[in-house]
Formats: sequence, C-alpha cells, structure tokens
Amino acid sequence: MKATQGRPFYLIPYYLWIALFVIAPIALIAYFSFFDLSGNFTLDNYKNFFTSVYLQMTLSSFWYAFLITLFSILIAYPTAYWLTKTKHKQLWLLLIIIPSWINLLLKTYAFIGIFGLYGPANNFLETIGIGRLQILFTDFSFIFVAVYIFIPFMILPIFNSLDKLNPALVDASRDLGASPWTTFRRVIFPLTTGGVKSGIQAVFIPALSLFMITRLIAGNKVITLGTAIEQQFLVTQNWGMGSTIAVFLILFMFIIMILTGQKEKGGSANGKTR
Amino acid sequence: MKELIRAAIVLIAVSALLMYGVSFLERSTAKSGSGSITVYNWGEYIDPELIAQFEEEHNIRVIYETFDSNEAMMTKIEQGGTSYDIAVPSEYAIEKMKENDLLLPIDHELIPNLQNIDPYFLDLPFDPGNEYSIPYFWGTVGIAFNPTLLEGQTFESWDDLWNHTLEQEVILVDSAREVIGMGLNSFGYSLNSTDPAELREATDKLKEIGPNVKAIIGDEVVEMMRNEEAAVALTWSGHAADMMWINEDIDYIIPEEGSNLWFDNMIIPSTSTNVEGAHAFINFMLDADVAAQNADYVGYATPNAAAVELMDPEVVSDERFYPSEEIRDRLEVYENLGLEMLGVYNELFLEFKMDMQ
Repeated sequence: MKATQGRPFYLIPYYLWIALFVIAPIALIAYFSFFDLSGNFTLDNYKNFFTSVYLQMTLSSFWYAFLITLFSILIAYPTAYWLTKTKHKQLWLLLIIIPSWINLLLKTYAFIGIFGLYGPANNFLETIGIGRLQILFTDFSFIFVAVYIFIPFMILPIFNSLDKLNPALVDASRDLGASPWTTFRRVIFPLTTGGVKSGIQAVFIPALSLFMITRLIAGNKVITLGTAIEQQFLVTQNWGMGSTIAVFLILFMFIIMILTGQKEKGGSANGKTR
Repeated sequence: MKELIRAAIVLIAVSALLMYGVSFLERSTAKSGSGSITVYNWGEYIDPELIAQFEEEHNIRVIYETFDSNEAMMTKIEQGGTSYDIAVPSEYAIEKMKENDLLLPIDHELIPNLQNIDPYFLDLPFDPGNEYSIPYFWGTVGIAFNPTLLEGQTFESWDDLWNHTLEQEVILVDSAREVIGMGLNSFGYSLNSTDPAELREATDKLKEIGPNVKAIIGDEVVEMMRNEEAAVALTWSGHAADMMWINEDIDYIIPEEGSNLWFDNMIIPSTSTNVEGAHAFINFMLDADVAAQNADYVGYATPNAAAVELMDPEVVSDERFYPSEEIRDRLEVYENLGLEMLGVYNELFLEFKMDMQ
C-alpha cells in the first residue's frame, strides 16, 4: 500500500463511503448479471435483454420518462420564474416543497381516491356537464401523478438559477431594444439552462425507473424498467436478469448525465438556496 | 457553527433517550411472558383479537408481521435476519421450502387439536403425513362480478371474460400464475403445464382479452369492487368474500372449466427460536372456537371440521366458498414448477402486459 501523503486524511471517510456504498453495489450488480438461475456463468441475460419484450419496454420507459420531464419543465419554468418575482419567495418555495415531505405511496393512494369513478375529479366533471370518465388507469392519470410527484425537483434548480440571474442583464437587454420574448430567448433562458439540466437529471432518471405508481395509478398498463426489476428480484427470484436490467438502467442514466452535464457555472444541482 | 453543534447535540440526546425508552419497553413486555414468538402471515389474514387472546392465555408475546407474496416471504426467511417462528405459505411454496431445508418438523403430540381438521385436508401430496405443515385456510380462484353494473350479465366459464360487452371492465390480479393459469384453464389445459406450445397458446389467447382489461392490480381490487368502480375481477375466493361483506350485489363463481384450489398452511421455519411457543400457537389456532371466530373474520374457508359445526350454516353451506368435494375434484392445486418455469410464466405475463399498451 502506498502512503496517502499529500492527501488530507479527512478524505478517508469520503473514499470509504464511495467505495462501500457506490462502487461496491454497482460492481455487485454487474457481477450478478453474468449468472443464471443455477449460478452458472452466462451471457444469456444480456441476450435476453435484446429480445423484443425488453426492448419495447425500454422504449416505452423512455417515452413516458420523456413526457413526464417535458410536462414538468413546461409547468416548472413559468412557476419558478413567477416565484422569483414574488415578495415572499422563500415562503412560496416552502409551500411547493412541503408536499415532497409526504410519503410517495401515501400521495399515490390519495390519487386513487381523487381519480376514482366517484371521486372528486369525476364529481367535478359531472357538475360541469361532461359526465363521468375513466380517469384512473389511463396514460393521463399516470403522467399527471408522476409530474405532480416530480415537480418540486424541477422547480428548485430552475428557481435557483433564475434567482441568481443578474437583473442588470435583463435591464440591459431591454434598454438595447430587445422585445420581452427576445430577452427571454437570448438572455434569460441561455443563462438558466444549467438549472433546467439539473432539473432534467432529477426528474428523467427517477422517472425511468418508476414502479408502484405504474401498478396503482396505471394499473400495469404502463410497464417501466423499474417494474421489471422489481418482478425479477421479488417474484421470479432471477437476480441475474434483474441485475442485467439494472446494468442497462445505470448505463442509460450515465448517458443522460453526460448529455446534461454542466461545464460552466449556472444552476446548482445541490439545491442551495442561500 | 455553534448553533449547528447545539442542534446536533439536542438531536443525539433525544435519539438516545428514545432508544433507551424502546429497550426499556421491550424488556418490560418480554419479562411478563415466557418469551415471544414472531408470526409471519399474509395481510388481513387473522382476527387481531385472537392474537391478544393467545398472548393472555399462554403468556407469550406475539410479534406479528405480514407479507404479500409467497416469494417475498421465502426470500426473507432464507436471508435469516428475523427469526420467524410461524409462517403461512401456500402449498407449492411449502414444497420448495422443504427442498431448501427451511422447515422444522412439527410434533403432532403437541397439537392435540389436529383432530379437529377435516381429513380431506390432511396428508396432501405437497406434505405427506403433515410432517411440516398444518392447514390454516383454503380457497379457490374465480370470477367476482357485480351483475347490477353489467345489465344482469352472469358468468359461468372463463371464456365469458372475453365477451365484447366487457370492454374496459375486467380487473386482473397482478400475479403470473393466476393470469396465465386462466388462459390455460380456458383451453382445458393443466394449471401446472410446462408445455411451451400450450403456454404459447394460452398467452396468445390472453392477448385478445387486452381491450377488456381495465387494470392489473393487487389487493386494491377489493376496495374498487366494493365502491362499484369495477364490475368484474379475477380474484381469490376470500377477496370475493371481503367484497360481498360490504357490497351485497357482488357474486362469485368458480368457472366450469376448472380453476385453482389452494391451501395455506402454518409452518415452523428453520429460523425459529421458540419452537415450543410456535407449537402452542398452532394448537391454539386449531381450537374449534378460535378457528370459527377467525374464519368469520377473515372470510376464507376453514379446513377445521369442528369449527365448521360452530359456524353459521348459511355460510358453510355456500358452495361458492365451501365447494363440495365433487367440485373440488375438478380443481387443481399448484405444483412447485421450479424457478426456471416460474421465470417462463413471468416472461409470458410480461409479454401479455406489454401487448396491452
């Protein structure tokens, strides 16, 4: 062993943590993915992943994660922008964050009631003359609930980067004759892409591996990679196949991290709010 | 910084106090009895009053935990961790646990109430001589439906679920063997089929039911049927009984082509640290009065003949929940097909789910 001279010893806990709880689990997942049910070394799991069922599932996972992220941005950006203009920023921000303190399953169960055939949502539709619709177990309900759950994670980074934006730049743009739209397009948005990227990371990646909501809200009519992993580990007890799907999920996440990686300053991913 | 340290100290002090409190509480309850047993059971599968009664009569504290699938239960027992003294797996899971040496033999001398059990439910193929397991409840898989929501439509066979009038009405249970089994049964094939051609045929037929499927969910189905959110469900007999308890319009049938007959049984896992207490618990649950009260509460069929005598004759003569031996002979018990086959069933189930999208 080499002496760690030059390296401050207080980094040891950090390295230990990374080795034990980040590298070791990933290595184990990669290791397990090469074994079949009877513990023999095999590449069949990988071959199996490239069959139509799993490829189709990967595509649909990406599609739904994309929709969830898109709607999150569409709602979060204006909200974050409006937040920076209000008087009591921190209070409003708190109100947006508070729902994320409530357990995810609890919120999901609440939506089963709200979207139910005789729930408040349908009572409202009935009153305004549209009549009762099947809301639960549709794509709409799935995306709605997922967006609701993820939205705080999109608003926070966007809010941070908008809040840090120097108002003088916006004034300057106006003084030089830019229309509000041009100001937004050429000044505000480019300077806050960092926040948007962090938001995408915080929403798209977990959305890829959503499960539970797929059953409770979408009635298993939406199948994501997360559902498949859960099934392989808990029901089929095929740890090899479950690990293989997990390996691909990690790969996809890695690619997304690179694509949305940050080179310059801008929004902070760690949600620092001063 | 000072504030941070102060906050940290307060947090640590409070946690330490709470931990001490917990250990104190645990010690005081443990002292009052001759130890404790940990019971691992399905959710909603016992009358909680009976646990209290057992604790009082035997001075044994009961730690009660629940699971929602045989597979999850087995995984947890296999990993050790918690020393469960009682678990209630289904028959095919018992076969598998036996193979993996996860069971302790049961001493029949310590369970005099075993005589209460209907001999039909003893000495079954999955556990000859009941060496490792004692029957707890039994039931079937079938169709629960609400005729008032379906213009009086009724059901007799599995094929009725494919009827075009049922678009977006049918709820399936999120379990591979039940759903693929429905496909197999509709062709008259065995529920334990391992023939790839038969399984393929069943899956292809299942894909045609896609437009009728409203959702594939778990226990939530009970609430949805009660609230008339759903009209038809593939479900277990006990779930159907739960539904009817609240909503009297609901009916339940066992399709004529046949279906699954299952038995849940009490076992003592090899992790047990209080084997004596576990025997006492099994014997207690087999007592005629206790079993009758439990069956009343849970809604599944009890194999306890002495308890059946004590129960409402209207309930125990209901062929939907206590099918006669003649009907039972038409039904099939799941066999342990091995992990490979379980994997195949699950892949097919996944294929069916993906096809619905």
